[in-house]
Amino acid sequence: MDSGPVRRGICLAALLAASLCQQAAAAPAEPRAAELLQLLHNDCGACHGLSLKGGLGSPLTPQALAGKPAASLVATILNGRPGTPMPPWRPFLSEEEAQWLVQLLQQGGAR
Amino acid sequence: MAGSTLATGRRTLTRLLAPLLCLALAACASAPLRGTGDLGVVIERASGSVQIVDNSHEQALARVQGLGDLSHASVVFSRDARYAYVFGRDGAISKVDLLTARLVKRVEQASNSIGGAISSDGRVIAAQNYSPGGVKLFDADSLALLASVPAAAGPNGQPSRVVGLADLPGKRFAYALFDADEIDVLDASTPTAPKVQRFQHIGKQPYDGLASGDGRYFIAGLYGEDGLALFDSWHSDAGVRRILAGYGRGRQALPVYKMPHLRGWSIAGDYAFLPAIGQHEVLVADNRSWAQVATVPVLGQPVFVMAEPGGRRVWVNFAFPDNDKVQVIDVPTRQVIKTLQPGRAILHMEFTPRGDAVWLSSRDDNKLVVIDTATLSQRRTLPALEPSGIFFTWRASRMGM
Repeated sequence: MDSGPVRRGICLAALLAASLCQQAAAAPAEPRAAELLQLLHNDCGACHGLSLKGGLGSPLTPQALAGKPAASLVATILNGRPGTPMPPWRPFLSEEEAQWLVQLLQQGGAR
Repeated sequence: MAGSTLATGRRTLTRLLAPLLCLALAACASAPLRGTGDLGVVIERASGSVQIVDNSHEQALARVQGLGDLSHASVVFSRDARYAYVFGRDGAISKVDLLTARLVKRVEQASNSIGGAISSDGRVIAAQNYSPGGVKLFDADSLALLASVPAAAGPNGQPSRVVGLADLPGKRFAYALFDADEIDVLDASTPTAPKVQRFQHIGKQPYDGLASGDGRYFIAGLYGEDGLALFDSWHSDAGVRRILAGYGRGRQALPVYKMPHLRGWSIAGDYAFLPAIGQHEVLVADNRSWAQVATVPVLGQPVFVMAEPGGRRVWVNFAFPDNDKVQVIDVPTRQVIKTLQPGRAILHMEFTPRGDAVWLSSRDDNKLVVIDTATLSQRRTLPALEPSGIFFTWRASRMGM
């Protein structure tokens, strides 16, 4: 499967996202924040595990995500990862919301 | 609102629980006798508990706690249908006594697990693990470890995650390797020294599997390509062949927000009904030639595609964001005849032994919904804490369950 152009596209999107998210993402207002946490544990959790320790999807613990650029994680959430089962969540999440989730995951505050 | 519903649920449960608690704690000589043929187990995924339910009287009998992480849990039953073995995501196997409503044994056998099966003679429990990837065999009575069988390594050098484990006749188990594109058949005739027959290059990324009700066929669904892999245990020399290849017909695959689950009753009469991946369709195959005979368009990505025990209708639930709906397919006409909206996040469906009713779990509404299959109307709801899998004891006497 030739995913070269797609991959380059994702890299560009990641760079763009990186320039946009230098500062900490603000928490969405309730009840949206609770909805997003529910989505994270139940729907992301369908593959990554309810406790986010991994399943068919990779683990999303702070240790597993350590050293990964937040911008590329945000891009993965929004656009999915072609060639893998990771689907694009853009229809259900804004960029700011994805940034907030990545921040929570990397800081271990997703519980 | 949800809190008060739950509180009421808990009070009701406590009231219903009282007779069984008496039985459990006092072991009173006058305890009423009962059978287990109409009992079942409901997984309460977030609270690490299971409910024991009675499907004749449509009521909860007890809650058993302390089972750990049940976010992806499955259950098999002892041959006498007294004990449920619950496989938790955290790698634990919990043995629950349905009559006394007690956790009688619990072993932590892996760090990340997905399910298991019981051998045709009822003596061996097999657990399928993601981490470390492989299969472990346990004595069904004591849960003592009998053998550990690491899976072949995937591209990252680690043992592959094991999916789709199902029992076959002759104390065998079949399973697939997500990371290594294999179907393996394990012979547990000597459970301390199992023999494994490997079938390689069966197709890309098998994500789950099922055995046919007669235990002859094992089918693995493939995530990485359009098609499924079929193993015919009557002709194992012929290896594994591809069925329903190219069902997507080159169409762009739609995103899959939850992987389908194959295990369950999907063979209705002469046809097998299987979920497509990345297409909002149920695939229909002839169950002897395995040629595709039809596709049934449905409203979303199917997760479970389950035939009523009589085979007349097939019920389908869906991945996010359509997981509040259930569709019913009429088998002779292969058309959707009803779309139900029974609750939010319908995760599982389980038929009563002869299919007069189907129980649905609604995770986000904290309830179980019992639907009459003759009228397709709701018969009852029962409170449950974020319920997922529902498993009735008829599975104790079925292959591949």
